[in-house]
Amino acid sequence: MAPGAASVRDTDWDGVRLHVVTGKGGTGKTTVAAALALALAGQGRRVLLAEVEGRQGISQTFDVAPLASVEARIAHAAQGGEVFGLSVDAKAALLEYLHMYYKLGRAGGLLEKFGAIDFATTIAPGVRDVLLIGKVYEAVRRHKEHRAKGPGAARAYDAVVLDAPPTGRVARFLNVNHEVADLARVGPIRSQADSITAMLKSPQTVVHVVTLLEEMPVQETVDAIAELRAVGMPVGGVVVNQVRETILTPKALKTAARSAISREDVAADLTRVKVRATDAIVDGLLAEARDHAERVALEHEADQVVAGLRRPTYRLPSLSEGVDANGIRELAEALVAQGMA
Amino acid sequence: MAPVLSAPVLDIDALLDDPQTRVIVCCGAGGVGKTTVAAALGLRAAESGRRVVVLTIDPARRLAQSLGLTTLDNTPRPVLSIDLAQGGSLDAMMLDMKRTFDEVVMAHAAPDKAEQILANPFYQAVSSSFAGTQEYMAMEKLGQLRLEADRNPDNPRWDLIVVDTPPSRSALDFLDAPKRLGSFLDGRFIRILAAPAKVGGRAYMKVFTTGVNIVTTAMTKLLGGQMLTDVQTFVAALDTMFGGFRERADHTYALLSDSATKFIVVAAPERDALREASYFVDRLDEEGMPLAGLVVNRVYRVSAPGLSAARALAAAEELDDIENGIPSNGRSNGSSGVSESTAITQALLRLHAVQAEIAERHQVLAKRFIAGHPDIPTVEVPAASQDIHDLVGLRAVGEALAGL
Repeated sequence: MAPGAASVRDTDWDGVRLHVVTGKGGTGKTTVAAALALALAGQGRRVLLAEVEGRQGISQTFDVAPLASVEARIAHAAQGGEVFGLSVDAKAALLEYLHMYYKLGRAGGLLEKFGAIDFATTIAPGVRDVLLIGKVYEAVRRHKEHRAKGPGAARAYDAVVLDAPPTGRVARFLNVNHEVADLARVGPIRSQADSITAMLKSPQTVVHVVTLLEEMPVQETVDAIAELRAVGMPVGGVVVNQVRETILTPKALKTAARSAISREDVAADLTRVKVRATDAIVDGLLAEARDHAERVALEHEADQVVAGLRRPTYRLPSLSEGVDANGIRELAEALVAQGMA
Repeated sequence: MAPVLSAPVLDIDALLDDPQTRVIVCCGAGGVGKTTVAAALGLRAAESGRRVVVLTIDPARRLAQSLGLTTLDNTPRPVLSIDLAQGGSLDAMMLDMKRTFDEVVMAHAAPDKAEQILANPFYQAVSSSFAGTQEYMAMEKLGQLRLEADRNPDNPRWDLIVVDTPPSRSALDFLDAPKRLGSFLDGRFIRILAAPAKVGGRAYMKVFTTGVNIVTTAMTKLLGGQMLTDVQTFVAALDTMFGGFRERADHTYALLSDSATKFIVVAAPERDALREASYFVDRLDEEGMPLAGLVVNRVYRVSAPGLSAARALAAAEELDDIENGIPSNGRSNGSSGVSESTAITQALLRLHAVQAEIAERHQVLAKRFIAGHPDIPTVEVPAASQDIHDLVGLRAVGEALAGL
């Protein structure tokens, strides 16, 4: 942990500096990454939230201007905490990298002119991913002041949250070393890939998976965790997103599932409070209850599968108002309360 | 239920029944149910008499099984147990991107060259992991299916191809992919890399020599010499295919913008998915691609639409008051005195209120999209309470798509 950002609570991920967040498309992985960044920024910390697919999901979530390849502050958290946002761009990262290490000058322009930059960032397999994660890697390791280095020096960020590619691609994305191994056997891209891999596989990093209590997202979560393990990436928690309230009691659910709720009783109750108990309304309410019971049963099955993964699991409520900047804060509080941050 | 959308209605059956419709491309953000919609369209068209092939990219396991797709063999297979009474047929296949790429190479290069290319490490990486290969190969496969379909115009194997698109990181990558790969293979940088092997000492090269040397030196530093050597070998071997790739890319693009092709944008009633849908719609318009309309998938609907959320909540509270003997304007002390059957009615009312609010939010989001795109024909598919993974489920989605 960084000096000056003393934690008074234990969290499940103390000592972790890079939180990678993945999930199936549509599960709300960007929302969860944003909430996690805000949660980590509590207690006066500085947190970077980075995206790598150029989707501008972060700026849309926080309702701020589109992010560039320069870090910008996007939100405040409790006790002076700050969240910075970054949309990592492979081309900008490569030019910056070349500038930093090679002082290329004229050659930089030539590389661009001859299409070499495009080649390296879009076509050369794996190089693009090395550049994208490389930028995140650099942010994780960066020190507050240039001269102050070494183990005791303050880091620029207390934590970095990466809104990573979806479950289907994440293991390949993170396994950069393997991707470039056959192609770049030596050279700086290779050594960069080696350093990145060392950090990704260290206790400083965890990969969290976001899911919904539905069959497909849960299946993808199971698959992704197996794939991450197979390539030696540290698997973090499972975040179950958009959990809906169960309004019916277990007993009522059972009755509803058997379609055994008394039509007459419901109609009589409705009449008592002057709701017109038409067939359409009474049958509609009963059908809704039956559908609800069916869905709760499916969610329960999905939940059992998640429990079988034996990972720390966090639950985030479905936001009735949809996701906006306030909603993200509500979710961040839920993550803090459950010990994720 | 009153019509909820004021946009023109997307008439799916008219689209499927029109013999001029030869290709339907389903696109949209990841997780909106694109594959399900594509499969449902294919099934509905087949059962109304068309000869259909559905090309899926990465179907969920159980959906794939329902279509009989148990092996990834890159070949269309007939879907069993569908209704063939109208004379239609349904084949389905799952894309194998590496194999499709290999087939392209083998079709275009002489056998010895093809072997050289297939064995090249750079080719192997490009064909299995190049960002965009999946998109390119999906379009390549579409082109192949179309050729096969047109082979015998009097008795075509297929008269309708339904394509699911890859969940691209940037929305319409599959439109760009053919161009991108084409321009890569035609690109200046590749030419330069290939130049020493090919052009030798031609005079005009001398002008560039200094620049080229700086570039190759820098690239060698960065990527390592081995990779550049692999690229050079790859490009030299691929050289005879340049024209082929370029031609195919142009051909596929022309096929997509043809009036026999129709795009259907699929979205879910969520802010992000609809934002992506807006982007798709605008982009297709910009490219002059024929857009049939928008499917808003998984729209939540209540079964008792006659009762508003507010009224349902108020009724639940009034029941509390009555059961606890409190006058209608008094305060309740909770529902401790409520009978079991009334507690159930209250739960039904509260459940209805929550669901009516979700349904309302979906309508607001859909209306907002329509307000921004008033001319786009639209159809809603109600959310099912279960995942769809059999033909019965797909048939139901098909009916919903047709507005039934």
